[in-house]
Amino acid sequence: MIRLVTDDLRPPAGPPKRHLLSVADLTRDDVERLLGTARTFAASLERHVKKLPTLKGHLVVNLFYESSTRTSSSFELAAKRLSADTLTVKSAGSSVDKGESLKDTALTLGAYDPDVIVIRHPQIGAPQFVARVTDAHVVNAGDGKHQHPTQALLDLYTLQEECGSLEGLHVAIVGDVLHSRVARSLLQAFALVGIRTTLVGPPALLPRELPAETTTDIEAIRDADVVYVLRMQSERMGPGENYVPSLREYSARWGITPERLRPGQKVMHPGPMNRGVEIDSRVADSPDSLITNEVRSGLVVRMAVLYDVLTGGPVGVQALAAAEVA
Amino acid sequence: MTMLWQRELPGADLVIRGARVLDPTEGIDATLEVRIDGGVIAQVAEKVDANEHRVIDAKGLVLAPAFVDPHVHLRTPGREDEETIASGTAAAAAGGYCAILAMPNTDPVVDSSATLGALVETARREAEIPTGFLAAITRGQRGEELTEMGELAETGAVAFSDDGVPVASAGLMRRALQYASITDRPLALHCEEPTLSRGGHVHEGRVAAELGFAGYPSIGESVAVERDLSLASFEGGRIHVLHLSAAESVDALRRARDAGVLASGEATPHHLVLTDDAVRSLDPNVKMNPPLRAERDRLALLEAVRDGTIEAIATDHAPHAAHEKDVPFEAAPFGVTGLETAFASLYVHLVKPGLLSLETLLERMSAGPARIFGLERPRIVAGAQANLVLLDLEREWTVGEQPFRSRSGNSWLLGAKLQGAVQMTLAAGSVVHE
Repeated sequence: MIRLVTDDLRPPAGPPKRHLLSVADLTRDDVERLLGTARTFAASLERHVKKLPTLKGHLVVNLFYESSTRTSSSFELAAKRLSADTLTVKSAGSSVDKGESLKDTALTLGAYDPDVIVIRHPQIGAPQFVARVTDAHVVNAGDGKHQHPTQALLDLYTLQEECGSLEGLHVAIVGDVLHSRVARSLLQAFALVGIRTTLVGPPALLPRELPAETTTDIEAIRDADVVYVLRMQSERMGPGENYVPSLREYSARWGITPERLRPGQKVMHPGPMNRGVEIDSRVADSPDSLITNEVRSGLVVRMAVLYDVLTGGPVGVQALAAAEVA
Repeated sequence: MTMLWQRELPGADLVIRGARVLDPTEGIDATLEVRIDGGVIAQVAEKVDANEHRVIDAKGLVLAPAFVDPHVHLRTPGREDEETIASGTAAAAAGGYCAILAMPNTDPVVDSSATLGALVETARREAEIPTGFLAAITRGQRGEELTEMGELAETGAVAFSDDGVPVASAGLMRRALQYASITDRPLALHCEEPTLSRGGHVHEGRVAAELGFAGYPSIGESVAVERDLSLASFEGGRIHVLHLSAAESVDALRRARDAGVLASGEATPHHLVLTDDAVRSLDPNVKMNPPLRAERDRLALLEAVRDGTIEAIATDHAPHAAHEKDVPFEAAPFGVTGLETAFASLYVHLVKPGLLSLETLLERMSAGPARIFGLERPRIVAGAQANLVLLDLEREWTVGEQPFRSRSGNSWLLGAKLQGAVQMTLAAGSVVHE
């Protein structure tokens, strides 16, 4: 969780900042602490007045260079539920349209002294870059095909709520792994908590070098407790790409239909869904679908992340959260 | 005919005493004294007269033939904010070089006699050390029509290259090989199959898979190397494979050379020292084309440098403006600088740990590249022009502590501690750095 970002030649300025940049930076203790904090916040949201004074006076900037519904709305609501001020900047309609560099945009927003910058960007490492050029705590809300750490955390939270213990669970991740930052984050998060992962998909969309079991055979999902369906990104289907011959062929071979699932087998999807492509509507809307649970988890997990990067270690989390929720 | 140009500098009158004189190609390794009269080595002996010359006490230092870099981007014309002939050659002098060759992927591309002629004129005014120029294989490096290679060779082109981009069409490559034969100049080839590299930023391997980078697989280079070796074999043409990065490419080159194909190859210091693991830092200063590859590739390159399959070490010095590299990895341009760090980086990472002999390193940085491009070989014998480098193998220094002579600072070694420093350089008889 704590990651020191410094220039080699520059002496480090002050104590290291807490950022959430990649699941690779997290320990198992970090994950358990974050999920615990999220549960505490979930309890607080059961109350009539849902707003907590926890981050009053803090400024959270949401900087989104890619379109997003779930992630941007849940970060904004998470900050508001914790009484932080929020500022949302989307690249469309901002100076980014005029060719402003990420460095200058970050420096401009940094001049408002934000406590947290939440950033989504199409380029790998953009959050690390912003962490280097500003003084804010940075939370990665998705950088290119690299990482989407809060998605992985909310999926762990969802699984824990549904299944109890995470240790020993078996999850099959199905679809376009190659282009999926969600799959990369999940793979690391699952390894951290002892979940077994099988990657299933078309050959050209399964990187050979990932540290996981991989297979092109959709039958492999039968052994899993949970089937995690990835979005089939239609921009990957452009002329000349040839990752798969057609969406029709993809659906026929790897689409998740009721017939391919065991009764009671749970299904997840990070959204947005392409119904009828990677997932059959009957599956998406079935009682075994955890898809709306994931959205609900997103809010409390992102509250926990904002709280955690700003307040620090486990002692602070337990003491403060307990006091405020009580 | 002359293929190297520089500004006029006075010939040195010097005596160098106490140095270990090391010229592997001439078979010299002894403590000797060297007298230079008017830029020409007059005497190499156990004891030489100083006459009135300035005497340099070089005890504990190594005196070797100065280096030749066959692969430098001087960014002139077009991007003089990143490098000029003056700044690039000053950087080369500081790195121990007595000659460099500049690539033609400038703006405009060096694809006409007029553009090349203007560069030659600039070099005669500005270049601190002898500088040569490659001209493009195809007009505008667009891969469609051949340049006027005959006239370009007469104007002074050392070789032909579309470096930066591959010659994608096999048919056009064949025609280039056929036509270049009238000029007696090699083709220096950037081997990349674009339908396999597909704009990948990083070697396709574990690191790219984990970080999510678009991968440029090893075979994206090696199938192009094999294609061009086959064509060179068929046409009897001479090719030089630029910046080799993949084990498969090295194997192909070795096989072709064994079979008598007129092919040579070069490797860069960064490919010999780093692997794609370095990309985990997300530092744009480890982004270059071809990308850093796996450890097995690095070891294959090293073995090829040892056994002579790779005859030249080239920096592929590629300066970039600070604001262009101060962006996330994927947005950054390809390329790193290397002229001022090449020797020290290889000395500290390869020679000191015993992976490469000092003699082989010196040969591959000097005689090897000179031989490939038909340049006069720097050597330490009486009668030769003084092209010498004085090396302090003990001195430690930190990269970036002193400002670079290059106009750009996109070094992959920024902040690194190195051992082995260039104390003095003589190029074409003149002291160009001390």
